[in-house]
Amino acid sequence: MCTVCGCAAGETKIEGAVAGSTAAHEHAHRHADGSWHTHAHTHTDAHTDAHTDAHTDAHTHADGDEAAGHEHAHAHDDEAAHAAAHAAGIAHPHEHSHGARDENAHDHAHEHGHESHSSLDFGSGPAGAHAPGLTQAKMVQVEQDILAKNNAFADTNRRRFAAQGVFAINLVSSPGSGKTTLLVRTIETLKTRLALAVVEGDQQTSLDAQRIRATGVAAIQINTGKGCHLDAQMVGRACDRLPLADDSLLLIENVGNLVCPADFDLGEAHKVVVLSVTEGEDKPLKYPAMFRAARLMLVNKIDLLPYLNFDFEACLANARRVNPHIEVLPVSAVSGEGLEAWFSWLERGVGAAQAARGGLVQRLQQRIAELEAQLAAR
Amino acid sequence: MHEMSLAEGVLQIVEEHAVAQGIGRVGSVVLEIGELAGVEVEALRFCFDAVTRATRLEGAALRIDALPGRGWCMACAESVAIAQLYDACPRCGSHQVQATGGTEMRVKEFFGV
Repeated sequence: MCTVCGCAAGETKIEGAVAGSTAAHEHAHRHADGSWHTHAHTHTDAHTDAHTDAHTDAHTHADGDEAAGHEHAHAHDDEAAHAAAHAAGIAHPHEHSHGARDENAHDHAHEHGHESHSSLDFGSGPAGAHAPGLTQAKMVQVEQDILAKNNAFADTNRRRFAAQGVFAINLVSSPGSGKTTLLVRTIETLKTRLALAVVEGDQQTSLDAQRIRATGVAAIQINTGKGCHLDAQMVGRACDRLPLADDSLLLIENVGNLVCPADFDLGEAHKVVVLSVTEGEDKPLKYPAMFRAARLMLVNKIDLLPYLNFDFEACLANARRVNPHIEVLPVSAVSGEGLEAWFSWLERGVGAAQAARGGLVQRLQQRIAELEAQLAAR
Repeated sequence: MHEMSLAEGVLQIVEEHAVAQGIGRVGSVVLEIGELAGVEVEALRFCFDAVTRATRLEGAALRIDALPGRGWCMACAESVAIAQLYDACPRCGSHQVQATGGTEMRVKEFFGV
């Protein structure tokens, strides 16, 4: 297995799940008449859901007492289904019976519903939750996206691009699809039409950045070392070092990998996936996450089509199956066929980013005028 | 896919919360991973064990709750169960299905020792 991204399928089976506790334990509760009793019950699995909603349904006990505001513990046989119901916010009833007798003997069964609980009937501790064998203080609810950190950096990048009217493109593909050749061709043509900069991602070497810099355009190489993808923080730091002009095009060439870069938002406007015809028409089905994340698919090396039995229509159908909204442009970075359509696609994007920034500037100026008017009125 | 990065993300999130709550050792961690998230669970376990070495999470049990894949079929105008991202709608066979659930990757909670 690749020790960096774990790209290989794991064959080992690890028994790592938290074992369900079946230990019986007691809960005390107080009835409206002031009496307390405790009774034991068994959990068939660990509680992992917090319920802090107090039961507010009043119900009548056999002795005729209105018993509002007391707590009953309950056991869950099917934790997964219950957790799913909780997650979905579905209210559901709980049924329980009391077999225990004490001085205020009673023996009854009753049923009452409660609202969806992101919370509980015996969870007033700091963690707001209950798990057998654990004290309240030791369970911490997190509910946090694993990629939240990257997404926060991506948002920062996105705001910066919007403020500057930069149209940022994240170019992704497998290694050897012709990304860098396509990029060089794109830069040579577009550098006379608009301002642009390049961020190059590779595991090792700055060969690609050198190729880009040879065209006279600013480029920063990011070496990810053992990493298999660029992340938003790397791109943010690269942008700090680039001369990033207002209303420009930023081309980010990701590490050649059709798997991992799909999940890492860099703050780009769009992902563009490059698929070369030598790779076969079934790639979109084999790597659906990437083709699903992309806005545009460039089918590269079409100058080789006469020598291959690549089914272009099937490729298109496969891409649309994974992503019904994907745009497709056939190109050849070598012969130049189809490139003009790609260049116009980029120019339209730059135009839109520029217009959005113009709108932003206008709105800010309007706001300043409003604030100045308020100030003058005082 | 990038299970090592995910494991490092989990470690970072749990460590931050553990420090904030004054928890010295973590005994178990609960994740919620959608069936459509493309995460190789066994690889994630392997990476989790690797990245937690010599941290307050060392030896912690990892529980991974799978969240079912759901999609919205545009043809049926209904929510349907899907097992893979590019699956056809089980009702009408259309591929115009937008995933609505099962792509989650979250740290749900953890337990101190």
